[in-house]
Amino acid sequence: MKKILVIGSGALKIGEAGEFDYSGTQALKAIKEEGIETILVNPNIATVQTSEGIADKIYFLPIYPKFIKKVIEKEKPSGLLLSFGGQTALNCGVKLFEKGVLKKHVLKVLGTPIESIIASEDRDIFRDKLNTMNIKTARGIVVHSLEEAFSASEEIGFPIIIRTSYALGGLSSGFAHDKKELATLIDIALSHSSQILIEESLKGWKEIEYEVMCDRYGNCITVCNLENFDPIGIHTGDSIVVAPSQTLPNSEYQKLRTFSLSIARAFGIIGECNVQFALSPNSEDYRLIEINARLSRSSALASKATGYPIAFIAAKLALGYGLHELKNYVTQTTSAFFEPSLDYVVCKFPRWDLKKFSRSSTQIDSSMKSVGEVMSIGGSFEEAFQKGLRMLDIGLEGFINPKKKR
Amino acid sequence: MNDPIARLILQKDDKEYIGHLFGAPVSSSGEVVFNTSMTGYTESLTDPSYKGQLLVYTYPIIGNYGIPNIGKNISDFSESENIHINGLIISDYSHHPYHWNMRYSLSYWLKKNGVPGIYGIDTRALTKKIREEGTMLGKIIINHDIPFYDPNQENLASKVCINEKTIYGHGKYKVLLVDLGVKNNILRCLLNRNCQIIRVPWSSDFSKEDDYDGILLSNGPGNPKTYHKVIKHVEYALKDNRPIFGICLGNQLIGLAAGVNTFKLKYGHRGYNQPVLLEGTSKAYITSQNHGYVLDVQILPPNWKILFQNINDGSCEGLIHENKPFFSVQFHPEASGGPIDTEFLFDWFIECMHSSNKLYR
Ligand SMILES: Nc1ncnc2c1ncn2[C@@H]1O[C@H](COP(=O)(O)OP(=O)(O)OP(=O)(O)O)[C@@H](O)[C@H]1O
Repeated sequence: MKKILVIGSGALKIGEAGEFDYSGTQALKAIKEEGIETILVNPNIATVQTSEGIADKIYFLPIYPKFIKKVIEKEKPSGLLLSFGGQTALNCGVKLFEKGVLKKHVLKVLGTPIESIIASEDRDIFRDKLNTMNIKTARGIVVHSLEEAFSASEEIGFPIIIRTSYALGGLSSGFAHDKKELATLIDIALSHSSQILIEESLKGWKEIEYEVMCDRYGNCITVCNLENFDPIGIHTGDSIVVAPSQTLPNSEYQKLRTFSLSIARAFGIIGECNVQFALSPNSEDYRLIEINARLSRSSALASKATGYPIAFIAAKLALGYGLHELKNYVTQTTSAFFEPSLDYVVCKFPRWDLKKFSRSSTQIDSSMKSVGEVMSIGGSFEEAFQKGLRMLDIGLEGFINPKKKR
Repeated sequence: MNDPIARLILQKDDKEYIGHLFGAPVSSSGEVVFNTSMTGYTESLTDPSYKGQLLVYTYPIIGNYGIPNIGKNISDFSESENIHINGLIISDYSHHPYHWNMRYSLSYWLKKNGVPGIYGIDTRALTKKIREEGTMLGKIIINHDIPFYDPNQENLASKVCINEKTIYGHGKYKVLLVDLGVKNNILRCLLNRNCQIIRVPWSSDFSKEDDYDGILLSNGPGNPKTYHKVIKHVEYALKDNRPIFGICLGNQLIGLAAGVNTFKLKYGHRGYNQPVLLEGTSKAYITSQNHGYVLDVQILPPNWKILFQNINDGSCEGLIHENKPFFSVQFHPEASGGPIDTEFLFDWFIECMHSSNKLYR
C-alpha cells in the first residue's frame, strides 16, 4: 500500500462534531507512521486534521461523491478509509461503491468491508442477519410509504418509534402515539430517506453500548461499555452517559458483551464498531438497537474515558495488523489486545444551545439536539457527576438544592 | 458517613489506613490481594479460590446492584453457598443499591456471613503499593487487635471442598471432578454439555475410581505445593490414557505431577482482562483470572507443550500433552465473573472424551 485516501470529518453539525476530527487525525497519524502517503478530503479548514503536518496532501472539497470521485481520478490512491469521518463520510463511500467508482479505479476499502457497512446500515438486511443469529431486535417493520406505515402501526400497536436508514443523530426519528402523529412524522422522514423503520417503543428500558475492536484474525475485545443515565427514548447524544455501566451485574454485563463480540464477528468488522442495546430494567430481557460500523460519537468518548486510542488502533487494524501484534500505546509494554479496567468513573454531559433555535422544542427525545459535551472523571459517581455539571459552565454548582441555606 | 471507623493495617507498612465499616463488625486478617474487575463481586466473593484473602477492588464503586438470592442450588447466581474472602476493602460503598434481582444489600450479606468490609480506603494507593512490593499480609481492625494470618501455610482445600462424593446429572459423559474448591459454573458448564459429574473431595484417592470418561481437576485456593496427595494421584492418572482437563489450581497440579515447578507471582493475576494467545496461532482471547502461583516453564518435561501464553507478561497460561488427551489452563474458561470467550475449552474436553471412548474402549 503506497497511498491512502482518507475521507475527513467535513462540516460541524449536530450529531457530527469534533469527535470525527479527532478520529480522522488519529487515523492519519497511524498511517503516516507506516510510511504510507496520505491524502485527505475535508472542506473544513477549522479542524486539526487539516493542520500542517497531519496529512501529506489535503483537498478542501465537500464530502460529496462527485468531488471525491475527482480526487480519486487525479490521485489514484490504492486504499480508502471511510470509517473515520462519521456518517457523512460513510454514506459518501457507500454511494461511490454503488456507482462502481471504487471498482473502476481498483480502490480497496480498508478495514470493515463495504458490504458489511451496508448490511449494518440497511434496516432490513440488518434485522434479517440478527434473526439468523438468534439475537433479539425490537419488533419492527420496514416501510416505504404512508399506507404501509399505517398497516405496520396496526400490527405493532402504538406507541411506536420511527427511524430512518443511514441516519445521523437520530435524524427525523420520533415517537407516535396515534395515526395523526404518525402521519406527520412519516411525512418528514420520507423527505430524508426512502426506507423507514416502524418499531415497538422500548421507552424506559436501559440504554447500554459496547465499543468493540476487531482484527482480521477475528480477535475481538470490548474497550468499554457505556450506560445512559437517561433511558431509551432519549438520544445518547442528549443523555448523560456513564462509563463503565453502573447497574449491571456480571451476568448482564457479560451477556451483552458476548453478543457484541459475536455481532462484530458476524458483520466482519475490521477496526471499530459500536453496538447499542436496550436492556429491560425488570429482567434480563434485551433488544439490539443498532450497530455503527464506524468510529462514532461514543467511541470518541470511550477513547477519552479509558485512554485506549481507539481510532489510532482501528487504523492499524485496517492496514492488516492483529490486535495482539500491536502495543498498548499507554503502557508501551503491554498489548493492545486488552480490555481497560478503570479505577474511576466517567460521566458525559450534553450541552445544549436551544436559544439559537427559537422555534424548536426544549423537550429532548430520540433525535439529537445537543451541540457539545463535557466529560468528567471521579473516584465516585457523585464526584464525576458534580464535576461534570459545573464544567458545563452554565452557572450550576452541581446537583444541589439551590434553596437550601448553607 | 455514620458508619463506625475501621482500620486497615499491612504487615510491611507503618501506615494505618482509616476507613468505615460495612458488613460484620469483627476484626479479620489474611493475605491482601487486588482484583481489577468492574463487575462481579457476588461471583468473586463466593469463589472458593479466594479463601483466606482480604480482597481489594481497584474499581471504586462496589455494592451498587446488591446481592441476588443465594441458596444451595448450583443454578443460582453465585459460585458457592458461602463467602470465602476474609474481608473486603473498597473505596466507595453504594448505600442505596437497586436491581430487579436483588435480595440483600452487600453489607447485610457480609454481616450474615460474619465477614467485615471497609470502605473509604484509597484503593489506588493500596494497589500501587502491592504492585511495587508484592502481595502482603494485612488485617482489618474493628475494635480489638488480632494477629496476622498467612493462608498459604495451610491446606485450604479441605475448608472449601465437599465432604463426600456427590453425583450430578445423567449425561452421557462421566466426568470425575476432583473438588479443590470448585466454582459452580464449572458444574454448570459440564451439565450443559451432556455430562454426569462424579464430584469427589480433593483428598480422596481417585485412582480407586474406575467408572468415568475423563478427569477434571478444579480451581482452588492456596499454594499448589501443599497438595502432595493430589499430585501423587495425578501422577498415577497421567499413566492412563483417559482425558484430563485442569483449571487454575488444577493446571498447576498437572504441571507439578508432570515435573514442572511452580512459583509465586509478585502480585498475581486477578481480573477479567488478561490476554492470552493460543500457542502457534494468531488467536487471542480475553480471560478471567484469579491466581497467585504460576508454572515455571523454562524447561518442560518431554511430551509436554505450552498451550496458551499470557500476552502481557509471557507467563504460562496452560499445558498440553503431545500425544495423550491431557490439557490444562491457568485462566478460568468457566468465567463467572468475567468474559466467556474461552468456554469452548469445555467442548474440547467433551471432544476428547468422545474420541477416546471410541479409541480406548
Ligand atoms: N425501539 C425503540 N424504542 C424507543 N427508543 C428507541 C428505540 N430505538 C431507538 N431508540 C432511541 O432513539 C435514539 C436514536 O436511535 P439510533 O441510535 O438508531 O439513531 P441514529 O440516527 O443511528 O443515531 P446515531 O447518531 O447515534 O447513530 C436512541 O439513542 C434511543 O434512545
